[in-house]
Amino acid sequence: MRIALTATCIADVMFPQAPRATVRLLERLGHEVVFPEKQTCCGQMHVNTGYFDEAVPVIRHHVETFEPVLDGEWDAIVVPSGSCTGSIRHQQGMVCRRAGLDGLGARAEAVAAKTYELSELLVDVLGLTDVGAWFPHRVTYHPTCHSLRMIRVGDKPLQLLRAVEAMNLVELPDAESCCGFGGTFALKNSDTSTAMLHDKMANVSSTGAAVVTAGDYSCLMHIGGGLSRARSGVATMHLAEILASTREDPAPAPVGAQGTQERAGATEGGHR
Amino acid sequence: MSTFLGLPRRRTVPDDAAPFGDVPHPDDPLRWGETFPDAARAALANTQLRTNLGHATSTIRAKRALVVDEVPDWEALRDAGSAIKTDVMARLPELLTELERNVTARGGVVHWARDADEANRIVADLVKATGETEVVKVKSMATQEIGLNEALAAEGIAAVETDLAELIVQLADDMPSHILVPAIHRNRAEIREIFLQRMGDVPADLTDAPRELAMAARAHLRRKFLSAKVAISGANFGVVDTGTLAVVESEGNGRMCLTLPETLITVMGIEKLVPTYADLEVFLQLLPRSSTGERMNPYTSLWTGVTPGDGPQAFHLVLLDNGRTDVLADEVGRAALHCIRCSACLNVCPVYERVGGHAYGSVYPGPIGAILTPQLTKSSAGGGGRHDDPNSALPYASTLCGACYDVCPVKIDIPSILVELRAREVDADREGRPTGWGAAMKAASFVMRDERRFELAEKAAVLGRLAGGRDGRVSRLPFPGSRWTSSRDLPVPARQSFRSWWAEDHDGPTHNEPPHDGPPHDEDDAR
Amino acid sequence: MSARDEVLARVRAALSGDGKAGAAAPSAAQPARTYRTASEHAPGSATALEILVDRLEDYKAHVHRASGDDEVARVVGDLLADARSVVVPPRLPAGWTDALGAGTVVVQDSREDPRSALELDEVDAVVTAARVAIADTGTIVLDGEPDQGRRAISLVPDLHVCVVRAEQVVHTVPEGVRLLAAYPGRPQTWISGPSATSDIELSRVEGVHGPRTLHVVLVG
Repeated sequence: MRIALTATCIADVMFPQAPRATVRLLERLGHEVVFPEKQTCCGQMHVNTGYFDEAVPVIRHHVETFEPVLDGEWDAIVVPSGSCTGSIRHQQGMVCRRAGLDGLGARAEAVAAKTYELSELLVDVLGLTDVGAWFPHRVTYHPTCHSLRMIRVGDKPLQLLRAVEAMNLVELPDAESCCGFGGTFALKNSDTSTAMLHDKMANVSSTGAAVVTAGDYSCLMHIGGGLSRARSGVATMHLAEILASTREDPAPAPVGAQGTQERAGATEGGHR
Repeated sequence: MSTFLGLPRRRTVPDDAAPFGDVPHPDDPLRWGETFPDAARAALANTQLRTNLGHATSTIRAKRALVVDEVPDWEALRDAGSAIKTDVMARLPELLTELERNVTARGGVVHWARDADEANRIVADLVKATGETEVVKVKSMATQEIGLNEALAAEGIAAVETDLAELIVQLADDMPSHILVPAIHRNRAEIREIFLQRMGDVPADLTDAPRELAMAARAHLRRKFLSAKVAISGANFGVVDTGTLAVVESEGNGRMCLTLPETLITVMGIEKLVPTYADLEVFLQLLPRSSTGERMNPYTSLWTGVTPGDGPQAFHLVLLDNGRTDVLADEVGRAALHCIRCSACLNVCPVYERVGGHAYGSVYPGPIGAILTPQLTKSSAGGGGRHDDPNSALPYASTLCGACYDVCPVKIDIPSILVELRAREVDADREGRPTGWGAAMKAASFVMRDERRFELAEKAAVLGRLAGGRDGRVSRLPFPGSRWTSSRDLPVPARQSFRSWWAEDHDGPTHNEPPHDGPPHDEDDAR
Repeated sequence: MSARDEVLARVRAALSGDGKAGAAAPSAAQPARTYRTASEHAPGSATALEILVDRLEDYKAHVHRASGDDEVARVVGDLLADARSVVVPPRLPAGWTDALGAGTVVVQDSREDPRSALELDEVDAVVTAARVAIADTGTIVLDGEPDQGRRAISLVPDLHVCVVRAEQVVHTVPEGVRLLAAYPGRPQTWISGPSATSDIELSRVEGVHGPRTLHVVLVG
């Protein structure tokens, strides 16, 4: 398959390890990955804060970037983020139509129909649950709100994680409750956000996991930010990073939250 | 805690009594207290409140999940409930007049109220006409919303709340903090204390066992029920094709009020209609399981006008607008009128669970309150969706986690309406002075609509790495970033963006720069 | 403009698209009803009865079985052995109170000759028939007909004995509603267990203002 990657703006700048792992994983599985370099952002941040007018040109840019998928340039688009996939699928068309841009809305929806979150692509499109990954650590999984309730990935990420060799997957208590991120909620309602974060961190800590994983680096940035501040020693890693790790080309040993990427930088040579 | 408009109303309890309520009775039951983030901060520090709420919401969540899971056609019922309510809104004018016709034909009297003041005036005049100075009340959100008890008190009429939780709130001179369980913020020890100090006729050896407390309420209210001449209620449903009204309850206080007095006055929002009697087969399945987590609530009363020889012989129905038509005019927001007041969304909301109902500054708290309150009040004094209206903070009182939508028995897409209301807020602000958020969002949009600008911004961000300490994390940022770093670290941007890595790794090194490792220049001035 | 006309005018304006939001009217489509409206368990079937009993007991009602009217009398007599007085509706099926003890006063009540609330408060118990029972939710519905009486009599006395015939027991809520829809104007009381409250820490307490004890006698 020829698959176009939406890296997402936040991962592009802050957490490139997630899209890099996505590339590595899909190439290992024998697919061709394309990164349309025009891409910037899906517009989710503008939409969720109510800046629809400002979102429209961003959405237009996204649609124009990924529209070749409709001409068969690529077979599918993959996004290593549940919330960006959710925004592409459920918000872009609505925002365009609300601005009176029905044509753009229809194009956005057509592109969205070819767009998949990573676990959806692997399980639903490629029909895989065992991707041949190897990750010898104790891991707990946080199902992010938008992957769970907006695009409804269900237990697809867990199906993938259960098949990872040598990994000890432990259940996260009260897993489905929100970590308190919510985009600007973390700033506008910082106190409430922190209260929610602390409960999530307590649940993560109770598992004894070395790594908390999720399908969204935005939520992981929040949880990881708290775990780092608490010097918990628990690392955050994207689902793609774990799935990309193999015995031959292992992910670097997890390092306490937010230290991961420094570490990733240091081992770049061996980890492509 | 301050009120938004004017001074708190006169309390019904002498000033020397020990205060229980955190919230003085507001002038406007839909707009009181501090704005949400400030009120939430105070609530988060209330250890007792956190414990009470955590216990109560987790209990009710578990109960609901059990009884919803045993219904094989739950999703089909939700679809039907949603469709019926959409149909009601589409045909509201004809349905309202048909209801009026059918209630009148059965001996009821229908009144119309444009707003809270008019509804309160109608009810006060009806009570005065009976010569009574005390009325019994069934718990009702509509009468909470219009501040009926305070309005009646001003006319010399005492309204006695008979629902246990509502009685607790009334005795404590408090405000409700939950749609179904208004005293959810109280634990048994606090309730015992309220009863001992305020009820007047409780046994001195009252313990805090829920059974004993409930029995104390039974004894306290018994005489009032048996002698009441006038009752005031709300309604869960108004059945258009028969003129039937429904009240769903548990304790029997509803039956007492709806059955024993001579006069019954029901205040109902104009949105609470169902077109046909048969529609009850949907809503009487959806409501109890979503609300109390029971297969069916202990008592549901249905009455149609006046039944000679059985129940009140005078029946008045007050149809209330009070902002509902403003909500109806909003193509997206009108779905908030589908709400059947079950409160399932409150019980699953991670925000509500931690801050409680008072932080929302409205008798409608939680996710549904966050979409209903700002819409109901947008045309009222002090409203208008501008950011000097405290209700304008409510659409932001959510992480958009979506738990509310999943449990809503009539499938109100609360997250989407929250986002829509945020957009209305932003659009209203466009005419006013520019905000910091607005400037930032405009700038981000300018950057993100063009890959060259985006790439430049990315490079600048990579340069900003030095803001972090040697361990790659930022622990202190100036405002508004301080709102983040007050409790969380922030990683510095990656050494090499994905874009740059891709160019180097997949496209060859032509338009790529080596990863920027050296110390950036002046960027750390921003710190 | 009267309040009535103004509210109706506002509603029409809101739906016409002339409203502030320039909103399009919602569509008045006929709602799809794909939920269960019938059951594989026929009214009065053994399974329907079994579910009803399970649900009633779950919510702390007491269930008794009787094969026919004679046995109803015996069960009612046993249940009310200690009652000093019992109120009955005007046309309770003959014989149901035949086995009451000599010490139990039977109080008559009807729409034409009602007892006051204070009088009813002095009565220990009430015996009524029912209109329909819904197994799925453990619900018994009274509709005020002469075998069930005024709403007040099944409310004020602290103990309610409700006699339900097996053929009145349907499985699902829609089946019950469709039976009740024949006379929707009758005052209805849906009863699911004794009165209860969960207002204190969401902990359920049975028995508040309505009857604190509910006995259901299933006949047949």
